Amino acid sequence: MNDTGTGRDGGEKPVDLSALIAGDGRAVEQFVRRESGWMAAVCQRILRDESLAHDCVQNAFVSIFRNLLAFRGDARLKTWMYRIVVNQALMDQRKRKRLREEPIDNLELEFYSDGCRVELGQSPEPSPEERLDSKQTGERVQTAIDRLPENYRIVLLLRDIEELTTAETAEVLEMTENNVKVTLHRARAALKILLEALT
Amino acid sequence: MTETARRSMMSRVRGMMFKLPYMISCVEFEDFIDSYLDDDLPPRQRRIFEMHLALCAECRAYLRKYKASIELAKSAEAEPVDVKVPEDLVRAVLAAREGGDT
Repeated sequence: MNDTGTGRDGGEKPVDLSALIAGDGRAVEQFVRRESGWMAAVCQRILRDESLAHDCVQNAFVSIFRNLLAFRGDARLKTWMYRIVVNQALMDQRKRKRLREEPIDNLELEFYSDGCRVELGQSPEPSPEERLDSKQTGERVQTAIDRLPENYRIVLLLRDIEELTTAETAEVLEMTENNVKVTLHRARAALKILLEALT
Repeated sequence: MTETARRSMMSRVRGMMFKLPYMISCVEFEDFIDSYLDDDLPPRQRRIFEMHLALCAECRAYLRKYKASIELAKSAEAEPVDVKVPEDLVRAVLAAREGGDT
C-alpha cells in the first residue's frame, strides 16, 4: 500500500500506512502524537468542551484504526480522517443537549420587492460600558457561531476556520461542491446577521 | 419626508436603475459575493459587480459587515492547530487501540 501524507500543504513526512496496519507500535504512537493536535482542535470547535473533545478524539482514532484497511487512497488521508473526526464530533454533539440554534427564519436576507437590499448601514457606536475586550468579543462570536443551524456551522468551520477547500469540504461532508458553496454563503450571511452589533 | 418614505423612494429609484443594461439588482449582487471575495469572477462580471458596489450604499455597507464577520469568526476561533496534546490523551488512545486489537 502506498504511503500517504496527511499534511494539507504536502510538506509533512508521509504516513507509513503499511506499518500502521501491521500494528507497528512505534509507527502507531508517532501517528497518534502527530495527528491528535488538529483532531482535538476540530472536536473542541464543534463540542466546545475540552474533556468531551478528548473523548471524541479517542473514539475517532478507534474508528480510524478499525477502518484503515478500507481506506482506498483515492482521497487524501487527512480528508478521510476529517470525515471520521467530524462525524464523531457531530454524533457526540447530538447526544448532548442541543445548542440553542437560531430559527432559520431569523437568518434570512431581507430585500424589498424590487430586489433592493434592506440594510441598516452603520451600527451605532457602543457606549463605553458596552465596549467589549477581545476576549469578550471572541466569546460573543463563538456563541453566535454556535447559534447557527448545524449544517451552516459545520460548513463555516471547515471552510473559514479549518480552511479546507470547497472540494475537500464536499468530500468530508458528502455534499456536492455547489451545495457547499451555497451553504457557506448562507452561513456567512447568517453570521453577519447574528454579529450585527459587533460589525 | 419620513425616513421610511425616503428609503422606499430611494429603493424604487435604485430598483429602476438596476434594470438598466450592465446593471444588476442587490439580489443578483448577493449571488456573486463569495466569487468576488475569492477573486474568482471573470473580468466582465467583476466590472458589473463593482459598478453595483459603487452605486449602492446598502450593498457597500452589507459587504463591509459580511467581510468583518468572517474576520471576527476567524479570529475568535484562531488557536494553533497543532495544540499541545496532553500525554494522558495519547496514552488513552494507544490503550483504546490495544484494547480494540484483542
